[in-house]
Amino acid sequence: MRVIIASLICGLLFGLGLLISGMSNPARVLNFLDLSANWDATLAFVMGGAILVAAPGMYWVRKRNKPLFADKFDIPTSTTIDAKLILGSAAFGIGWGISGFCPGPAVVAIASLQADVLLFVGAMIVGMLAQHWLKPKSA
Amino acid sequence: MENWTSTPFEPFAGLAGGLLIGSSVVLLLYTLGRIAGISGIAAGAMTQQGSERYWRLAFLAGIVLSAVLYIAFTGGMQVQTQMGSAWLVVAGLLVGFGTRLGSGCTSGHGVAGLSRLSPRSIVATLTFMCAAVITTTIIRHL
Repeated sequence: MRVIIASLICGLLFGLGLLISGMSNPARVLNFLDLSANWDATLAFVMGGAILVAAPGMYWVRKRNKPLFADKFDIPTSTTIDAKLILGSAAFGIGWGISGFCPGPAVVAIASLQADVLLFVGAMIVGMLAQHWLKPKSA
Repeated sequence: MENWTSTPFEPFAGLAGGLLIGSSVVLLLYTLGRIAGISGIAAGAMTQQGSERYWRLAFLAGIVLSAVLYIAFTGGMQVQTQMGSAWLVVAGLLVGFGTRLGSGCTSGHGVAGLSRLSPRSIVATLTFMCAAVITTTIIRHL
């Protein structure tokens, strides 16, 4: 139960951060990605602010023996830079550049109940499941 | 000629939001030992079983709840899509497939990965940032 509550609170904080900074509005994100004319640099301050807390915070947490409510830290260890990483990130970037939605803001925007948002989230889920079913079972 | 919605540059709101997002990343690592990557959490909420599924569903519920509370206290939230429905479907498929193939998105690679100086995350972030800037520029200016 404490795991669920901790996770719920983390989700709340995360969503609130996206809302306060206006990242849940795709118009604002696209005005960051479009460097010309009326450039809106807010997104850079969001990422900067997040890293300002997360870099020292994660460093401090990882020096502990284990998490509060789990047996061990579950952190990716791979350092292999392969075609999947590059192609996947490029495909994501193209979709992000078209829509102004990355997964976090898209989940936040569900609450607006706008048909276009639900359409995007539905397609995103299909894309995620397609990758899951297509990948080799050994991986 | 252009009909894109303009938005004001708000560095302080951005910084405040960023601090909250960073706190969420640190708190999830401190309590559950997990990386707050939204694409991985969303995919795992559908494909994992049991407790591996439940904490992810709780995180996503927290995100949606934050928006419900935000609307309740401020009277609404701005979500101004800039492209037609067909384009949004194409974009959704690319974002869903791409983030899973590349093992992360703006949160997992862009915030948590850069924060721990992961070489994979640095490459991924540079790649999706460049791809997104080029895509938006082509759509709006060519």
